[in-house]
Amino acid sequence: MLPYTRAHEEFRKRFQDFVQREVAPYADRWEADHLVPKEAWRKMGRGGFLCTCSEPAYGGMGGDFLHSVICMEEMAATDQCGFLSFLHSDIVVPYIESYGTQEQKRKYLPGCISGDEITAVAMTEPDAGSDLAGMACTAEEKDGEVVLNGTKTFISNGINCTLVVLAAKDPAVENPHKAISLYLVEEGTPGFKKGSKLDKMGMHSQDTAELFFNNCRIPASNRLGEKGTGFVLLMQKLQQERLVVAVWGLAIAESMFNWTVEYCRKTQFCGRPLASSQAVQFALAEMATELRMSRAFTEQLIMDHMAEKDVVMETSMAKYQTSDMANRVAGRCMDLVGGYGVDESCPLSRKWRDLRILPIFAGTNEIMKGIIAKSMKL
Amino acid sequence: MNQKLSQAQRDIQKAALEFAKGKFDKDLCLEQERRGEFPAHIRQEAAELGFIGVHYPEAYTGGGLGVFENALIAEAFCQKDASLGTALMLSGFSAECLLRAGSEEMKGRWLPQVADGDILAAAAFAEGPAGAGLDETAAQAVREGDDWIVNGLKTRVANGGMAGFYCVLVRTDPDAAPEKGLSLILVEGDRPGVVCENPRDKLGMRLTPETDLRLEGVRVPGANLIGEEGRGLGQVRRFYEEAWIQVSAMALGAARGAFARALEYARKRMQFGRPIAGFQAIRHKIADMAAQVEQTAAAVYRSAAGFDQQAGTPALAAMTKLCACDAALHVSSEAIQILGGYGYMKEYEVERFYRDAKALSFFCGGRGFLKDFAAAAVIDKIR
Repeated sequence: MLPYTRAHEEFRKRFQDFVQREVAPYADRWEADHLVPKEAWRKMGRGGFLCTCSEPAYGGMGGDFLHSVICMEEMAATDQCGFLSFLHSDIVVPYIESYGTQEQKRKYLPGCISGDEITAVAMTEPDAGSDLAGMACTAEEKDGEVVLNGTKTFISNGINCTLVVLAAKDPAVENPHKAISLYLVEEGTPGFKKGSKLDKMGMHSQDTAELFFNNCRIPASNRLGEKGTGFVLLMQKLQQERLVVAVWGLAIAESMFNWTVEYCRKTQFCGRPLASSQAVQFALAEMATELRMSRAFTEQLIMDHMAEKDVVMETSMAKYQTSDMANRVAGRCMDLVGGYGVDESCPLSRKWRDLRILPIFAGTNEIMKGIIAKSMKL
Repeated sequence: MNQKLSQAQRDIQKAALEFAKGKFDKDLCLEQERRGEFPAHIRQEAAELGFIGVHYPEAYTGGGLGVFENALIAEAFCQKDASLGTALMLSGFSAECLLRAGSEEMKGRWLPQVADGDILAAAAFAEGPAGAGLDETAAQAVREGDDWIVNGLKTRVANGGMAGFYCVLVRTDPDAAPEKGLSLILVEGDRPGVVCENPRDKLGMRLTPETDLRLEGVRVPGANLIGEEGRGLGQVRRFYEEAWIQVSAMALGAARGAFARALEYARKRMQFGRPIAGFQAIRHKIADMAAQVEQTAAAVYRSAAGFDQQAGTPALAAMTKLCACDAALHVSSEAIQILGGYGYMKEYEVERFYRDAKALSFFCGGRGFLKDFAAAAVIDKIR
């Protein structure tokens, strides 16, 4: 259904080869190390697989969102979910592309595209999750400088990141929605410290961390966009972020499902294939149906998103439905496989652990339902 | 059925909760769960206080009580920590086979060691990667003089590699139908030819070690036959009834533990200027979770009391396990959702309840197996 061109298909082929060579063989090691090495990021960049939408003027290939979709789908087919290249390419870097000055773009984009820069976006705080406007991190601008203070948590790419898009509030502005601005903070800036890696249920190859800002001074020219527009900019970019979660979650669920179908076909139980059991057949039929219907909705949404239509409600629907559905499919696939499904050596178990964050991050599914209800003018 | 607890039962419940509260250390448990290590340090103490084998007769240093009291302990332990609780409560896993069918001598020799915390026990029933049907058991024992020579490969043996003895399901008559050709034989862990290999790296219940058990021409005395020859399958089914009730109690504890943490968090966590427990969506989530916990408790207590009064059935136990494991999974998943990002962090424990619940749902028979079993009882009147 998606209008892939021949160039897209060739790109997919090239990326599949790359993933087979440079990602898949290292999945177990990265999981054990709880980190994807920076070298892997550079290889992605050198191969032309980071920031595929970026302009050629900065070294990008000038692709479209379908290239991003291809990258997410092929990464989802590997046995690890922690290498969040698309968080960098399709969520954080677009802030710089959309809101950055010429100077900021010239300074940062080439490194983002080559993989020398790894980015993170810092919104969530220990006491401000769903209530984004309730953030406490402060940014005081004076004499051409900005002083940052506060703590951010659950920051993906938090250890590897060399550049952070930080949301912080001007304490002098009362309206929380007008107090937030976005800032670019470089690794190594005095007063900016990374915490230790957070120990999570899954996504072990992902370096989620806390970030600390203690009288961290950056030049005022590092502000991204107009002062006080941060909340609006976040809301704008959260759309693509949620679409990314939907596309990626759907692709993970499909990879688990395909693996399970094969397993049920070839595994004998009491002298016949698992897939010959009616209960197994119906379970697989139900999952196939759910996946196909999610895919139809998500692909339409991808096209509408690319056509820049207003799809706030549909994006929230897709994020909520695919992330819940993916978890459901993961659990049911394991049920069909049986005891082996709980073994860490079974590809299902790791992804079952990984997927549980999807209904939570990028806006919880409760927040998604709130947005949908609001869009319905309820 | 009146499920009001007696004073003695309330005392046991209270003692188990207090023991868990005082002795279960979260940080140590997280470390042991990372390594997949059995909590040996607490087992001895739990045994000394009578929490292991409370349902064995006092003659075997048990508590002389029932499966109901054992379920109360399992629930209390798992409520505090399901990884630790399951490991402790499964430390005598299969000893019930001796208890129900073993000779006096066998019971007198082994049960006190389990109840005193000196040894672990293990059940070795399943074979093959998919856990083939038990009636296809290929492991066999043949008589040689007064002895049995046992050969075979058993998979997914909880306490494998650590157990003092294994209750092994073997074929003793290759020509008879499975209901008559299988027997249970006790194999001591230190017999030559007993090899535990291929330790499982699981996503949950990580404090309960599991291995394969390879038996290579293991010679055991004829007296190691548990009960009568050819009655193995029936014995395993009876054991399952008890085991399913016990696992259900563990799942109930896991559901309670996850629920309590979610409730506490929802009351304290402020967002949008109020505790999230003030939002209707969260309130109803919590109401559903509470309802599921209560339904599960009713089912577990009924099954356990029924067993002690010889009024239970294996099918009721199977259905209870289905409900209880579904409840544990659903409640712990909802708890993760309520805790949000914190719910995904190991430090906040609810994710571990969820992983343990998932592992429990496969332990001693997964959903498909239990449904087949329950359907056979309900539809075909097969007991």
